[in-house]
Amino acid sequence: MSRDIAVVAFAQTEHEGEDGGRLEVEILAPVITEIKERTGLKRFGFTCSGSCDYLQGAPFSFVSALDAVGAWPPISESHVEMDGAWALYEAWIKMQCGEIDTALVYGFGKSSQGTLRTIMTQHYDPYYLAPLGVDQVSLAALQARAYMDRTGVKEDDLRAIAARSRAAGRDNPFALHLPDPEEGADYDVAPLRPHDIAPITDGAAAIVLAAGDKARELCERPAWIRGIDHRVEPHSPGARDLTRSESTRLAGERAGATGIEVAELHAQFSHEELILREALGLGDDVPVNPSGGPLSANPLMAAGLIRIGEAAARVQDGTASRALAHASAGPCLQQNLVCVLSGENHG
Amino acid sequence: MRSDPNHVLEFPGGYTRSVGPVIGRFLSELRDGRLVGVRTAGGRVLFPPTEYDPDTGDDVTDEYVEVGPTGTVTTWSWVAHPAKEHPFDRPFAWALIRPDGADTALLHALDLGVFDEGAKPPKSLKSGMRVRPKWRAERTGAIGDIECFLPEVTMINAPTRLEYELRGGRALDRFLEGIAQGTILGHRCPVCEQVIVPMRGLCPKDGVPTTEEVELPDTGTVTTFAVNNIPDPRAPEVPFVSGYVLLDGAGVTMLTLIAGVPAAEVRMGMRVKAAWRPREEWAKSMANIKWFEPVDEPDVPFDAIKDYL
Repeated sequence: MSRDIAVVAFAQTEHEGEDGGRLEVEILAPVITEIKERTGLKRFGFTCSGSCDYLQGAPFSFVSALDAVGAWPPISESHVEMDGAWALYEAWIKMQCGEIDTALVYGFGKSSQGTLRTIMTQHYDPYYLAPLGVDQVSLAALQARAYMDRTGVKEDDLRAIAARSRAAGRDNPFALHLPDPEEGADYDVAPLRPHDIAPITDGAAAIVLAAGDKARELCERPAWIRGIDHRVEPHSPGARDLTRSESTRLAGERAGATGIEVAELHAQFSHEELILREALGLGDDVPVNPSGGPLSANPLMAAGLIRIGEAAARVQDGTASRALAHASAGPCLQQNLVCVLSGENHG
Repeated sequence: MRSDPNHVLEFPGGYTRSVGPVIGRFLSELRDGRLVGVRTAGGRVLFPPTEYDPDTGDDVTDEYVEVGPTGTVTTWSWVAHPAKEHPFDRPFAWALIRPDGADTALLHALDLGVFDEGAKPPKSLKSGMRVRPKWRAERTGAIGDIECFLPEVTMINAPTRLEYELRGGRALDRFLEGIAQGTILGHRCPVCEQVIVPMRGLCPKDGVPTTEEVELPDTGTVTTFAVNNIPDPRAPEVPFVSGYVLLDGAGVTMLTLIAGVPAAEVRMGMRVKAAWRPREEWAKSMANIKWFEPVDEPDVPFDAIKDYL
């Protein structure tokens, strides 16, 4: 039926919390170089990237990123104006068609150059949402409020998630190293406080996918993609139940999210982790975001792909035999992708 | 936010979009000051309307339904530091509002009044609160035709003022004459022999007239007290302490301020003395005594004051 496809390599930048003076392509290039060296591959059957032109306010800015890949002689290439996790999905689909054995996937974003909240407002429905000037943090805070109203979860519970994420991030050389959340910190947009919100981050990540024997040749313990699915909900935050993530639940079900030993969730706000855990049926015994997660480093358009890379790394280093990665797009977890990775290529 | 951008992405004059028949109907009704949703084949009312039913993907019907204008807040967030793109330059709430008769909710701003930058969310801001749109006078057919939503009226504030010329009565008048001279006067009851201060010309216990004047010292003992956290123009600061003081030799306590000591250190049985204003400021008023403040004497045992609580 479907081909066995695995993550065989993953590379990411040491992410930066402020503008380090490099262009997006300059941030990306070392990661591409590193992953080519690690795999020994110079050409790939397919290349797909995820980025957002609005981050630098220039049309087709992703095209210049191809300079980092080396696109001559002409390569087979595609791009999604989404997180790199969706670029990976496109590459996986392409590989399922059977004509190629390897794919390079990458995502990058430099969100320190503009006012991110204002930029993200341009992604919203232009009739009912964008003209109000509502921003992503305000919408996330609406969701946090609704979730706390339904479940009785308290702001201190959210801070505990931030504290755990930041502590884990301080052990991750690629994440921002952020201090413990301040008790009694002022609100940003209530009920969210600054530590509940993923930090502005510049960075990039790349993954190489390989099929079957090619994967075994390139990697001692490939992280096989046992299932991958993504689902989307209505855009309007007023037309769905913000306290649950039905799209995540469905994507998880379709991707076979059972027996998970560790999960990397693209939770860009602390309450999102709780909504996602519930949707995916992850119990308290399943570690979430041992990398520190997006609350420790959130390079836009790469952070979802990094979740897949980190989950794959847990499989490759043997700490987990079955790991879950999640990526999200849109306001209030509108669209969700779930990828289940396993050290076994069957089962 | 950026004070001095070196690159701007802008559509000069704005970006023109067609709205289609469904959103167009909504915006036209909005311009007329009405909220309309659209009915789905399944009977739900989508508000604001979309061309499709998000549950099924089917086209909606062509039945438009007036909803609201009153609606219920389903969730909210509070912006303590508004950005320049936001509809207010002072703290405000975002809310999802489901108008009566609709099955989905609209996002809009909710104005709860004037707050200082950085203010915490007001207690009145709750899911379930009832709100109504505040319409702009000049409407163009855009979501901003609603300036914001406002809470439903649940309270009014009516002006209340009656004017009087009050006199304290003869006994109090005499008491204040004493205060004006820096003395504290009381009456001794001919029956129970307790000294009543300030005197009222009657013993409240025995119901007999009193006339025998007794001058009391301005020292006494705190019998009981309360820590007040609501500002009062007469009090030095918040928190302040109001308490009952049993003047030495008196048979009843006086209500007064207690100051010159942190609120947390005031205690029952504490010895205090009146703090008088400078003599040149004295008038025929209790304000001559600012408050009572501690003196360096041992506390009075509880048994000595227990009958005066």
